[in-house]
Amino acid sequence: MKKLTSEQLAWLIRRHGVEMTHLSGGSHIGAIMSVADIIAMLYSNVLNYKSDNPKWNGRDRFILSKGHAGASIYAALAESGFFPVEELKTHYANGSRLSGHVSHHLPGVDFSTGSLGHGLSAACGMAYAAKKDGLTDHRVFVVLGDGECNEGAVWEAALFANHFRLNNLIAIVDHNRMQSLDFNENTFELEDFANKWNAFGWNVIEINGHDHKELKEAFNKSKEYGNIVPHKPTVIIADTIKGYGISFMENDILWHYRFPHDGWEYDCSVNELHQSMPRGIVDPYTPNGIPNPKMPTKTDDIGNDHTFSKTWNTTYPEKMRRVEAKPGSREFVHNTSL
Amino acid sequence: MRDTFVKTLIGLAKENKNIELVTGDLGFGVLKPYWEQCPNQFTNAGIAEQNMTSVAAGMAMEGKTVFTYSIGNFPTLRCLEQIRNDCAYHKANVKVVCVGGGFVYGSLGMSHQATEDLAILRALPDVVVMAPADLVEAEECTKVLAKTKGTAYLRLGRGGEKRIHNKIENFEIGKAIKVHDGKDIAIFSTGAIFEEVTAAYDKLQKIGYNPIIYTFPTVKPIDKETIEFVSRETDLIVTVEEHNIIGGFGSAVAEVMAEMRFKRARLLRIGLNDEYSIRVGNQHYLRQQYGMDSTSIVNMILKFVNI
Repeated sequence: MKKLTSEQLAWLIRRHGVEMTHLSGGSHIGAIMSVADIIAMLYSNVLNYKSDNPKWNGRDRFILSKGHAGASIYAALAESGFFPVEELKTHYANGSRLSGHVSHHLPGVDFSTGSLGHGLSAACGMAYAAKKDGLTDHRVFVVLGDGECNEGAVWEAALFANHFRLNNLIAIVDHNRMQSLDFNENTFELEDFANKWNAFGWNVIEINGHDHKELKEAFNKSKEYGNIVPHKPTVIIADTIKGYGISFMENDILWHYRFPHDGWEYDCSVNELHQSMPRGIVDPYTPNGIPNPKMPTKTDDIGNDHTFSKTWNTTYPEKMRRVEAKPGSREFVHNTSL
Repeated sequence: MRDTFVKTLIGLAKENKNIELVTGDLGFGVLKPYWEQCPNQFTNAGIAEQNMTSVAAGMAMEGKTVFTYSIGNFPTLRCLEQIRNDCAYHKANVKVVCVGGGFVYGSLGMSHQATEDLAILRALPDVVVMAPADLVEAEECTKVLAKTKGTAYLRLGRGGEKRIHNKIENFEIGKAIKVHDGKDIAIFSTGAIFEEVTAAYDKLQKIGYNPIIYTFPTVKPIDKETIEFVSRETDLIVTVEEHNIIGGFGSAVAEVMAEMRFKRARLLRIGLNDEYSIRVGNQHYLRQQYGMDSTSIVNMILKFVNI
């Protein structure tokens, strides 16, 4: 099997994500798009694994704690040889192995998730067991969502990881700034996010989570950080954009739940991806994109603000809306003075 | 009972280096012998039961046999979803240990009384639920759980329980233990309330009754065979548990009996009558107040037989 570059794998994850949610009517395409580059970098350049021996003891452990972006993992696993790419089409279907949230009944998945706030703790347990046994042949990686960090259990785990000096643990936060109903800052103020992790004793690396050079450097740095004393765990805060790669999905919370429907939504998603397709890979569904695509009309729901705080006119607190962003664009303003 | 558990676990941990004990910052004085004798197989995971339970699952995925330890509802209800998703669903080798099932922490109040735990844990697939009656059963439960793969819940009393059994031969998960043979009436119990059942037995003997007595150290899987057999052989089965009447041990027995085609016995369930304990007092006082001390057990049985 030809080894894919991280850019190629990221593109394929996005393309599979669009197809899988389109066919299944499944949610979370926004999260799949935001996390795609992180997952691609992990599976193409970082994680040590053997796809023909998924339980190999020397493998790096990986947990997708934000289990709702499961399609991204399924795509990465299939493209990395754990099971046939063809099976991706069964996502959500009756009798499928590919549930919406990640399940360990699939080869290559170390841990099932779906309820937020469990993955970091489980990863701590894996890393802790390895430390106790003196095993240095593998590390433990876990991807969290930023909204997930509302969960108290995440911070219990953050305390644990530092206290037990789990320098073999690397957490990556897909910091797309959005959660179920709105931006993080309009829901539960998270910033100063990096300093929170820092205050919990972690090494913190902040990067652009869509820039593969920065991702690669961050993972290299995490290895170096693991070797310095005191032996702290490392978190990579990867700044991302929800829906990244398909302009009308970007920064629009609508696409946390909506899937690309037949018509302009699907056609434009596919064709927009084709504009940024790396060389050396083939789109398995629409090799040449979609000729004569359906286009949106003025009445279609694009660029509208679907956040809850847009229409929630509460009298207390006076300033609930601390983030303004333009849906369907990458514009984002966080007013910290409010 | 907790000391028996700790002593037994020390013995097991010395033989098997993969055994780990993780506490949620509890066990002052009690766990000291363990951490002194097995320092590398001990962890204090702080006051963070959700994390503790998922950490245990992660460790178990790497080959450890992990006992998580706390009191009352903290190792169970506080982190129920972690037990369900991370331990049971992954068939992780995690044994959740609760010290203080029922009214053990009497005067400490409602927060510390574990009176729905059996029902809730019993509802989770792939979780073995055990509640030993005395020190001998506590030792046997600990031993059998340490060598059985998968997720389990072990509900212990605290201290001061007696040694009621002499020796138990062929102890097995899912098998009830016959303590006394007798006729017409059978009393089944699970957990430390067995001491009240023992006292009730003596009182019943004195007034001419000769009940059959069984303890059920395993609530799940329930010993269907024994329940069915006794249901055919007696007129009345009485279940006693230091737990809500709904969903727990009595319900497990009722489920078996309800599906039988031919049976002789009626069923009387004794336990906490679907309420929280709001009264203040020690364990024995609360058992009296909520109708599960030996006198209440005798009175309820007599009332039931004479209807």
